[in-house]
Amino acid sequence: MIALEADRVWKYFGDYPAIRGVSFAAPPGACVALLGRNGAGKTTLLRMLAGLSTASQGNVRMLGQSVRSSEARLAIGLLGHGIGVYDELSALENLRHFATLYGLDRPADAAESWLERVNLANVKDSPVREFSRGMRQRLAVARAFLHSPRVLLLDEPFTSLDDRNIALLQSLTADALRGGATVIMSTHQLREAMELATHAVLLVRGKLGYFGPRPLEMLEDSGWLYRQYGEA
Amino acid sequence: MFFRHSLAVAMKDLRSEFRTKESLNAAFAFAAMILVLFSFVVDVGDSEILYSMSGGVLWMTFLFSGALILNRSFAREQPNDCLDALLASPLSGSALWLGKALANFVMLLAVELFALPLFGALYNLTWTRSLGWLAVVLVLGAWGIAVVGTMFSALTVNLRLRELMLPTLIYPMLIPLLMGAIRLTTILISGQPITGDDWIWFRLLVGFDIIFTSLALLLVEVVLLG
Amino acid sequence: MREKILYALGLAGALLLLRNLYVILLQLPDESAQGAIYRIIFFHVPSWFTCFTGFFVAGVSSILYLVKKKPVYDTFAVATVEVGLVFTIIGLITGMIWARIIWGIWWTWDARLTWAFITCLIYAGYLMLRGAIDEATARARYAAVLCIFAFTSVVITFKAIEWWRTQHPGPVLSIRTRGGNMDPAMESMLYLNWLALMLISAVLTAVRMNQEGVLRQVEGLRRQVHASS
Repeated sequence: MIALEADRVWKYFGDYPAIRGVSFAAPPGACVALLGRNGAGKTTLLRMLAGLSTASQGNVRMLGQSVRSSEARLAIGLLGHGIGVYDELSALENLRHFATLYGLDRPADAAESWLERVNLANVKDSPVREFSRGMRQRLAVARAFLHSPRVLLLDEPFTSLDDRNIALLQSLTADALRGGATVIMSTHQLREAMELATHAVLLVRGKLGYFGPRPLEMLEDSGWLYRQYGEA
Repeated sequence: MFFRHSLAVAMKDLRSEFRTKESLNAAFAFAAMILVLFSFVVDVGDSEILYSMSGGVLWMTFLFSGALILNRSFAREQPNDCLDALLASPLSGSALWLGKALANFVMLLAVELFALPLFGALYNLTWTRSLGWLAVVLVLGAWGIAVVGTMFSALTVNLRLRELMLPTLIYPMLIPLLMGAIRLTTILISGQPITGDDWIWFRLLVGFDIIFTSLALLLVEVVLLG
Repeated sequence: MREKILYALGLAGALLLLRNLYVILLQLPDESAQGAIYRIIFFHVPSWFTCFTGFFVAGVSSILYLVKKKPVYDTFAVATVEVGLVFTIIGLITGMIWARIIWGIWWTWDARLTWAFITCLIYAGYLMLRGAIDEATARARYAAVLCIFAFTSVVITFKAIEWWRTQHPGPVLSIRTRGGNMDPAMESMLYLNWLALMLISAVLTAVRMNQEGVLRQVEGLRRQVHASS
């Protein structure tokens, strides 16, 4: 059984191929670090994996289904560049809204319990606009994990988090992995990611440079993979 | 499921709008302003002219102030990349569109309910003579504007000059609807019955709503998903 | 080879147009009621047919783009819309000249004229929308959706003379009136001139498609340069 699979995926912007024939498959429980320089196509690929953008050629399959099927979308937990919550609404209203969309049994209860877990229960009725940066990020994490997703897609999750939030996100991700979820995370900062990663995907100008188990060398030397498989 | 999702989106949009009242307040103020400006356009002493222009004035008011509401519709999803979070969830593009169209429809109705009595009071017109049919025309017209407006709000949300592009694209598209709505509103406010030839306008309104609702439901996923 | 075919088509269109002009101006008699000015119909009606054809083709091509996602359909759509828009404007202007002479006014707000004008605005909006989007794939997608919406106005313009009582003359061609109220020689002239305009617009469309193709390549190369620097 494969949790998430990209099968010879191409993405064109006009005539320019941003992603060129990338294939990889992540088994359940895998944590895949998606690596590459700026402009290598990490976000483009991640958006296709999340079903937000369609591949020009090739297929993305999630849990054996098309990525736009309702089963696949129930399984996706997405944490992108933006926090994906509404500034005008309160933390509770935001989570309740998404809990409703995910068809959770008791949206309000699910929202409340996640607010506890990310330490926002005491400000649950304040509008997000008033939140500090760290609070907003914790709310975004709660939004992404709310429906116990089986496939987590994290775009540069550790960028601009403070150390407490990094620890929170790491422990939630580790929990999810133990529960059999699959994690794909694009990242620059390798240290936090490498501690979790079981696999690595290296994108070099839209092409697959490397896919396989995360090499041990990377724990010590974050540039190792680039030098081995990047074209430089 | 589909309708529950739409309803959730509509409630979410209405809730955040009522909290900030950004576009509603602007739309109300703008509507009042247009009605004031109109007093310089016509001879306000001549009630016959006023009646004959009532439909036109009202729908221009709804349309111009409505654009302020429609502009906000998908723009509301832009900060924090909320659109991505919505589209990655089980919510389908068409359910999202329908929810937003519903919210816009409610807000457009609010503008109509604000502007109509104000118009009647400022220009001393009795507009209540065939309320039932007038309500039907107002609802059909508001739905048509909401449908086309929400669709093009999705289309223009990422563009430069979004606020200019939306009206430039939707006004010509809305003309069939407006022609019908203006004619019928004028007849109804003047207290005349809708007769033989004028039923075609009614059919036009209904047809417009049906055609554009189906087109939008069919095409909106293409617009939202890259 | 392709270029030669294009030149040949263009030449054929131009020659046909010349021959048509000769017949229209020198051989066909004046019309009994309208006099000499009626000849403008040989350009007015074929221009509108050409523009409707263009917009129809653009609509079909847009649907094909959304289904198959091949850039060529988008290129085809934009080329046909641009050429169609030129003939929309020719149709409007010829109509206005005719109206000035026969009706004594340049313009009247009857349903046919109004719709023709709106169609012109909507397709101008299509080109404006394209101008506002930088990324080629998004541009193609959004434009295709707008093009499908826009086609409703073409249908209304075409049908306006049946749906409303308009000042604009009713249908004249025998396929729409079943039993012509137009002289067969004049009617065949209309079709011949339509053919000439279609040939010319086919050449124009092909030229525009080439340009758009090159433009797309340039855009792609530019992105490539940005990506690798």
